[in-house]
Amino acid sequence: MTHPDLLPRSLARRSRPRPEFWAGARDMVPLIVGAIPFGIIFGTLAGSSGLSAPATLAMSAFVFAGSAQFIAIGMLAASSGWLLVVLTTLVVNLRHLLYAASLVPHVQSLSSPWKVALGFLLTDESFAVASRRYDQSDASPHKHWYYLGAASAMYLNWQICTLLGITLGQTLPNAAAWGLDFAMSVTFIGMTIPYLKTKPMGIAVAVAAIVALLAAPLPHKLGLMVAAIAGIAAGVSSERLTQT
Amino acid sequence: MNELFLIAGMAIATFTIRYVMFAASHRFTLPPTLLRALRYVPPVVLTAIVVPEVLLSEGGLQLSFGNARLVGAIAAIAVGTGTQNLLLTIVLGMAAFFGWQAVLTWLV
Repeated sequence: MTHPDLLPRSLARRSRPRPEFWAGARDMVPLIVGAIPFGIIFGTLAGSSGLSAPATLAMSAFVFAGSAQFIAIGMLAASSGWLLVVLTTLVVNLRHLLYAASLVPHVQSLSSPWKVALGFLLTDESFAVASRRYDQSDASPHKHWYYLGAASAMYLNWQICTLLGITLGQTLPNAAAWGLDFAMSVTFIGMTIPYLKTKPMGIAVAVAAIVALLAAPLPHKLGLMVAAIAGIAAGVSSERLTQT
Repeated sequence: MNELFLIAGMAIATFTIRYVMFAASHRFTLPPTLLRALRYVPPVVLTAIVVPEVLLSEGGLQLSFGNARLVGAIAAIAVGTGTQNLLLTIVLGMAAFFGWQAVLTWLV
């Protein structure tokens, strides 16, 4: 093991569990800001779709999946049955399979309770932030604490915003017009740029961008899946072509 | 009663999809080819989320300076490429977005 004194001070500090946890929570802040309007809008709209306040809170607490929750209340408002909503949830959340697969090398050796916690808390945002930490080259053995910190902060925020939406939603000015959701876009842009160091990566990202636009009309977030798979395929094939 | 089925069903469906790979992860090692392919997942997914958010609204492509999100995104790309500093990219990207939005409301 590397002696802590041989590491830069900040990294030595971060390679302990507690600082990793708080670093994760802190790095989640921009994405939390971006999610605030969505949580509030969800809490506000759920009531008018016929979902009771306790059920709305329970959905945020136990399901914890923004897109699926929005699609669910939309379907409830259109009087769909619960089974159809559950099946739709399955489709909307398919993208998490891809996220989990890409995290497998990092969580493989963790205990079951860790895997349950990190799996339950896996979202677009926590995946983005955790991947970035895992891709950093320092050999901290506690990067899962960073993931936990980031994901827990997002979880707490989602619960608070749902509650705010239920209680104050009608009195707040239209959260959709605040523009805070743009924080997610700029954060994801900033996170993508460091990857663009090789030609195959650039091709993968360009193809994903174009396909995401073309496939945007697909329902249930399937456009995202299609674009991601097209991007990966483009990246891998251009790798092959440049090798031969 | 239906609310109970609804939430339990959604919770189980969501958790299963998120957890199944992790649960089985100690039983297999991913082949190197697949591991290489999976390295593309983060940048490709982030791009697939952001591009429609920035460019599409009301069902159409918004490729003009009337689109404050596009202006904010261009600023973020410029700052991110120039500085490789995430926090600065976020702050200046947001500032460009809000600033441009203010200019647009002022003009109209």
